[in-house]
Amino acid sequence: MTSALDITRSVNPPRAAFLDYPLGHTTGKADDRSLQRAILVEALDAFTSLSVPGSVKMLPFRWSEDEQWKRSALAGGDDRQPRYDTPQYQSEDDRRRAEACAVCVT
Amino acid sequence: MRRQNPESSPVGSPIEYIKRIRENYARLGYEAYAWVDNTGLPTPWTPLTKPLGDCRLALVASGGIYAAGQVAFHWRDDTTSRQIPTTVRREDLRATHFAYDLADARRDPNVVFPIDTLRGLVAEGRIGELTANAYTFMGGIYSSRRVSEELAPRLTERLLADRADAALLVPV
Repeated sequence: MTSALDITRSVNPPRAAFLDYPLGHTTGKADDRSLQRAILVEALDAFTSLSVPGSVKMLPFRWSEDEQWKRSALAGGDDRQPRYDTPQYQSEDDRRRAEACAVCVT
Repeated sequence: MRRQNPESSPVGSPIEYIKRIRENYARLGYEAYAWVDNTGLPTPWTPLTKPLGDCRLALVASGGIYAAGQVAFHWRDDTTSRQIPTTVRREDLRATHFAYDLADARRDPNVVFPIDTLRGLVAEGRIGELTANAYTFMGGIYSSRRVSEELAPRLTERLLADRADAALLVPV
């Protein structure tokens, strides 16, 4: 799967399926089960339908009719978080559970 | 209802992330990033010789997914991976990453780790079965050399040990 067509073409994997969605949604929209299923059915079809190495299947889904998300994605700026070198838990409870476990990095 | 020509409009065509990031780095005074460029190399290729309905499929995802109880990823070139049983409860999945908006992935991990979707397709018979484990890591590892020399070979070993016929890679 990919939502970054130019990066994937540069990496040149055997086969790929491109979903033109904002980053963080490579396999669909949150809580939309039927859309998530439809996206993967189309994407998995590429395993057998693509026969030329390096081909990319363009998946027939759009995030929105007006594609407004692309304007902010193109606006520039650096919205990344600082790159801490300690584990970044989703919650303090996760941290407590992991720290109580000696064998949890696998 | 398409108002813009997708070939000529930046809003209609795929975002050029490499160009955008190159410009951002230049503006911020960073050194240019050395993107992986395999376009001059032969494309690796192994045809899938049986229907997906007869295959054991693996899931590998880079969106920083871990299971509650596991150590979370850190955000500075973390080349470790997590092994998550494909029977994992969705409620136990977590997301951490420094470079994308985590709101939707935390609400529904299936947007970057489509485990419920894949389990549904197994139940339908479209996929034979899933490997016992899925594998996750946190992308945004700046050294592509470390990915190809450390992370990728480790994951490949796991996929072979799990006897995967094919792998679905889900980057962010």
